[in-house]
Amino acid sequence: MSIPLAKRDWNGNDVLHLYYQMWLIRLFDEKVDEMFAKGLIHGTTHLCVGQEATPVAACAALMKTDKITSTHRGHGHCIAKGADVSKMMAELMGRVTGYCKGKGGSMHIADLEEGNLGANGIVGGGIPIAVGAALTSNMMKENYVVLCFFGDGATNEGSFHEALNLAAIWDLPVIFFCENNQYGMSGSVKEMFRIQDIADRAVAYGMPGHVVDGNDLEAVYDVVACAVARARSGAGPSLIEAKTYRWKGHSKSDGRKYRTREEETAWKAKDPIARFKSRLIDEGIATEEQLNDIQARAKMEIERAVSFAENSPYPTLEMLEEDVYAH
Amino acid sequence: MREITYQEAIREAMSQVMREDERVFILGEDIGVYGGAFGVTRGMIEEFGPERVRNTPISEAAIAGAAIGAALTGMRPIMELQFSDFVTIAMDQLVNQAAKIRYMYGGKASVPMVVRAPGGSGTGAAAQHSQSLEAWLAHVPGLKVVQPANAYDAKGLLKAAIDDNNPVIFYEHKLLYSTKADVPEELYSIPLGQADIKRAGSDVTLVSTGIMVQKSLTAADLLAKDGIQVEIIDPRTLVPLDIKTIVSSVKRTGRCAVVYEAVKRGGYGAEIASLVAESEAFDFLDAPIIRLGGKEVPIPQSPELERHAVPQVEDIVEAIRNMMQKA
Repeated sequence: MSIPLAKRDWNGNDVLHLYYQMWLIRLFDEKVDEMFAKGLIHGTTHLCVGQEATPVAACAALMKTDKITSTHRGHGHCIAKGADVSKMMAELMGRVTGYCKGKGGSMHIADLEEGNLGANGIVGGGIPIAVGAALTSNMMKENYVVLCFFGDGATNEGSFHEALNLAAIWDLPVIFFCENNQYGMSGSVKEMFRIQDIADRAVAYGMPGHVVDGNDLEAVYDVVACAVARARSGAGPSLIEAKTYRWKGHSKSDGRKYRTREEETAWKAKDPIARFKSRLIDEGIATEEQLNDIQARAKMEIERAVSFAENSPYPTLEMLEEDVYAH
Repeated sequence: MREITYQEAIREAMSQVMREDERVFILGEDIGVYGGAFGVTRGMIEEFGPERVRNTPISEAAIAGAAIGAALTGMRPIMELQFSDFVTIAMDQLVNQAAKIRYMYGGKASVPMVVRAPGGSGTGAAAQHSQSLEAWLAHVPGLKVVQPANAYDAKGLLKAAIDDNNPVIFYEHKLLYSTKADVPEELYSIPLGQADIKRAGSDVTLVSTGIMVQKSLTAADLLAKDGIQVEIIDPRTLVPLDIKTIVSSVKRTGRCAVVYEAVKRGGYGAEIASLVAESEAFDFLDAPIIRLGGKEVPIPQSPELERHAVPQVEDIVEAIRNMMQKA
């Protein structure tokens, strides 16, 4: 059914680069997990291990000039939109060389040059902001689209409903992209929703809704590319629900009592990276050895990031009261 | 010079700025052909069209979020809150997003937007449409808060607020909309953070905000008949606050009273009184600093009850007389 990988158009991206990005995300978050456990990072963090296909596929379907808004579980979005993992790691370690001079941390990384309008510590908080960014695109005829990432939990916030309606009535170029990883902290989608598919909520706002296997890079890419084309043509927003799974706990201190180890094992069998790796080998795009080299290259990049962060200074105390107001 | 109303002055400032700068636009509920709940935007959709005078659904969080997203990407939106009380339903966007984006992002972004918020009691609209919640917003680093007391100040301060690169909450008082003053036809700016001595006097410094400035002026005329010379200082902006002008006045008069419409407990006047007490003016005080504020009740509908819920001219006169006698 699917088109052979070699014949696909990935919006100008090298398919092996997408594979590399998925590893970069996984290894970044696994490294962060390890560093938290060792007490090398202060604060909190939310890891997206197991959810690597959604950010990579979604951002691959965007142009460099397009924008995203991200969430508290945003390291993957940030990397997929082109961020430098060294500056990300420095930010998590509270160093002045980080994306936000160490003032934001894991939940507030923004990379405006790459079109990342920022992660967000408030569930659903970024959704209306994405709508506003899309409004600028329309009013100033800038022709960029905005891809708005959020989780299943955010779709029970009022901001989700208000923002989808506003984007719909104004035909704004937004792709509302729900990463349904099955849990809002401990709240299972089975417990918190009466509907099977969150994408059904699109009907209420007069926009198309799509459900996609979030662990299938190609499937996610295809549905996002379609929504991007629609948005860019002026036809308005879409809602996409990508079903996936968060392998780790909600944040660093989660014992995962609300779910079974069997469930976790079943989802891990649908590992998005392993699935894509098999296809790359089966279709003769790359050998196992070549793919292992790509993984090793991502690992080295993460080691470089840690070393860069560890060797970076902390912000000075004079910086505490800077950046509150713009001049 | 011609006289125009406070409402006309606000409309004129917006219209003149919008003619000069295509990035400035207005969004809010019923601001189109209806002209806004208080008629402030009347005629504007006819001049600027529905793209720049954007009628929105009743979605305060999405309106605020859309303004933020637009501001973050280069626009200078003016958001009209139909009643300032409705800030409660836009609070996440204003407090957690607009106020903090610049700091969280390490100074890389700015959110130049204005929230116009009609506030105050006296219209019989009762508890949910009559509040003065400016202290909540003044408490949050990253926001600026403006409270014009007459038509001249309203035009100049609104121009400065639109030009400011930060989120500015612009409190308009509903009872002031029909009041007139001499207002230049050309566009002018009154810097934020510059208090105005509304009346010079030598016996007592009366710091008044918003509608209380008018009441203080009337009270001062009555007190002058008793030989009490009141100096009235209108800070005009709560954040930034021109405390220097207040302190220097108190040093000359030796007495300080603060009058504000908001509930006295925890109101912004408490901050002003504290700053005076902590300042070099303390040694010049001949009497304790006093505060007049609203009673600790929701604003009632019944006219006499409503009148008694907030300071009136006679309350100011009595308080100042008592203060003079004690010294």
